[in-house]
Amino acid sequence: MRPTASRRLMTLYLPLSLTAILLLFPFYWMFITSVKTNSELIDLNGLPFWVFQPTLDHYRYLFAETGFLRWTLNTLTISVVATAISLVCSILAGYALARLRFRGAGAIGAAIFVTYLVPQTLLFLPLLEVVRQLGLSNTLWSMILTYPTILIPFGTWLLMGYFRSIPRELEEAALIDGASRLRAMTQIVLPLALPGILSAGIFAFTLSWNEFIYALVFTNSTDIKTIPVGVVTELVKGDVYFWGSLMAGALLGSVPVALIYSFFVENYVGGLTAGAVKG
Amino acid sequence: MRAQTHERPVTAGQLPTIGELLDRQGLLAYILLLPALLILIAFIGWPFVTSLWLAVTDQSVSTSVVRFVGLDNFTDELRSQIFLQTARNTFVYTGVTVVFKLAFGIGLAVLMNQSFRLKNIARAALLLPWIVPTALSAIAWLWLFDATFSVFNWVIVRSGLADRGINWLGEGSWAMASIIIANIWRGTPFFAISILAGLQTVDRELLDAAAVDGASPWQRFWRITIPLIRPVLLIVLLFSTVWTISDFQLVYVLTRGGPANSTHLFGTLAYDVAVRAGQLSEGAAISLYMFPVLIVCVVALLVYLRRSST
Repeated sequence: MRPTASRRLMTLYLPLSLTAILLLFPFYWMFITSVKTNSELIDLNGLPFWVFQPTLDHYRYLFAETGFLRWTLNTLTISVVATAISLVCSILAGYALARLRFRGAGAIGAAIFVTYLVPQTLLFLPLLEVVRQLGLSNTLWSMILTYPTILIPFGTWLLMGYFRSIPRELEEAALIDGASRLRAMTQIVLPLALPGILSAGIFAFTLSWNEFIYALVFTNSTDIKTIPVGVVTELVKGDVYFWGSLMAGALLGSVPVALIYSFFVENYVGGLTAGAVKG
Repeated sequence: MRAQTHERPVTAGQLPTIGELLDRQGLLAYILLLPALLILIAFIGWPFVTSLWLAVTDQSVSTSVVRFVGLDNFTDELRSQIFLQTARNTFVYTGVTVVFKLAFGIGLAVLMNQSFRLKNIARAALLLPWIVPTALSAIAWLWLFDATFSVFNWVIVRSGLADRGINWLGEGSWAMASIIIANIWRGTPFFAISILAGLQTVDRELLDAAAVDGASPWQRFWRITIPLIRPVLLIVLLFSTVWTISDFQLVYVLTRGGPANSTHLFGTLAYDVAVRAGQLSEGAAISLYMFPVLIVCVVALLVYLRRSST
C-alpha cells in the first residue's frame, strides 16, 4: 500500500514547505535587508522581497565604524572559557553522581537539577550586586564566571545519564587490576563518554553565545560587550535605527552557532532531549 | 605528603595513601562535586540570599542608609497598576504562546516523523529559530513589525485587505500579539524536536496492531501515541512555561514593555525599575514574584522524576 504521490504532497511536502517558509522567512528577511541600499530600504513602492542594487556598505560600516570585531572576540573568549569551566565541573560532578555511593547523593543531584530551572531574570539584580562586590563589573570575568551557573546543571545532568549508560563492569575490571579510581575514570569512562561530552560542550557553547541579560546588565563600555548586546544597544542611536547594519550584525552573530550546530545536529538534538526522552 | 611512601601501608593504624583516600568513594565524591557546587553556591545561592535581603530593604541608587522595610516592597507592588498589568500580561503571554507552541510542535513533529529525503537537513533548518541568539532574531522581527516599513503591512495594503497597515508595536493589543507571534516562532522548534524524539520511541508494532483491530489513525494517535509520549510532553511544557514566564530578550528588543506598559513581563519591569530607575529593592521584589511559579514547576518536576525512577 504505497501512498500515492498526490496524497504524499498533501500530507507531507505541502505542509512541510509552508512551515519551512514561516520559520525561515525572518532569516531571509535579515539577509535581504542587510544587502539593500538605504534608499531601497525605505522605498515603499518597489517590491520589498527582492534586492535590486545589492550593496555591502552595511557590512563595511559594521566592521569599520562599530565595535563588532571586538564584540565577536569577546563573545568567543567568554563562550570558550565558560564552556571549558562548565565541562570540567560537569564531568567531575556527573561522574560522582553516576558512579559513587555517598551520603546526600540524591539530594545534591536534585539540587543541581533544580538550579537548571532558575531563570536568569530571577537573579540578575542580586547577581549584579555580587559582581560589584567582587569588583568584576564591566569585565569579561563577570560573564565567564556567571555563565557556568546556566551551563553546569544541564551538563551535569546530561553527563550523569551518559556515565550511567557505560557498563560498570569495564571500570570494575580496571579497579581489580589495580588501577585507582581516578585512573579508571580518566582512561576508561571518559573516552567512552566522549559523545556525551561533545553534546554538553556544544550545548554550553551555544547557550553562552546566546546569553543576553547578564551581558546587558554587567557591562557598559563598548569594548566589553558581547555580540547580542553590542548589536542591540549600539546600532540604534536615539531614534535612528541603522537597519542594514543591524541586520548584518544579527546575521553574522547568528552564523557561528548555526554552523556549529548544523555539523553536530545529531549531538545537539541528543542533548536537547536527553532528559525528556528518558522517562 | 609523608604518607606517599613507596611501600604501601599493610596494617590499619598507619596513614593511608592519597590514592587510598581517593578510593574511599565518599571523600572522592565530595572532592569531585566541589568545583560545581562552589560555582553554583557563589553565583546562584549567594545571589538568591542577596535578593531576599534586597527585597526586604529600601535600597536604591540614591539611598545611603539602608532600612529594613519588611514586606512593604511586595505589598506596594500589589497596589501598583503597572505591576498588576505586568502580571496580567505575563499570564496572557505565557498561556497563549505555550498552547500554540504545543499544538504546532505536535503537528510539526508528526509531520517530520514520516520518512522522506533530506530529512536531516529539514530538521536542522527547522531548529534554526530556536538556536540563534534571540536578541538578534528579535531585530528581524522589529523590522518586520515596523510601523511604516513592515512587510506584513505592505502585503496587507497591496492585497487590498485594508487601506492602512497595522501599527504592530505601537498599539497595546497588537503589540502583545506581535511578541506572542515572535515567541511562538522561536519556541515551536524546541517543542517539535523534543516531541519528535519522543515519537521515535513509540513502538510501531503497537500502532500496527491497533490498526489491524480497526482503530482509525485519529484513535491511534489519541489513545496510543499521546499517552506514550506524555512524559516528553510534560517535561517540554514545564520547561517552556518557566522560560516563557521569565522571558526578557524578545520584549526588551521589540517593545521595551510598551506602549503604556502593555507588554511588560516580570523580567523587563524589574529591569526598568532597578537598572533604569535605580530602585534596586523594588526590582528585586518584582523578580521574586516569579519564585512561587518556579516552585510549583520544580515540585512538579521532582515528583515526576521520583515517579519515573521507581
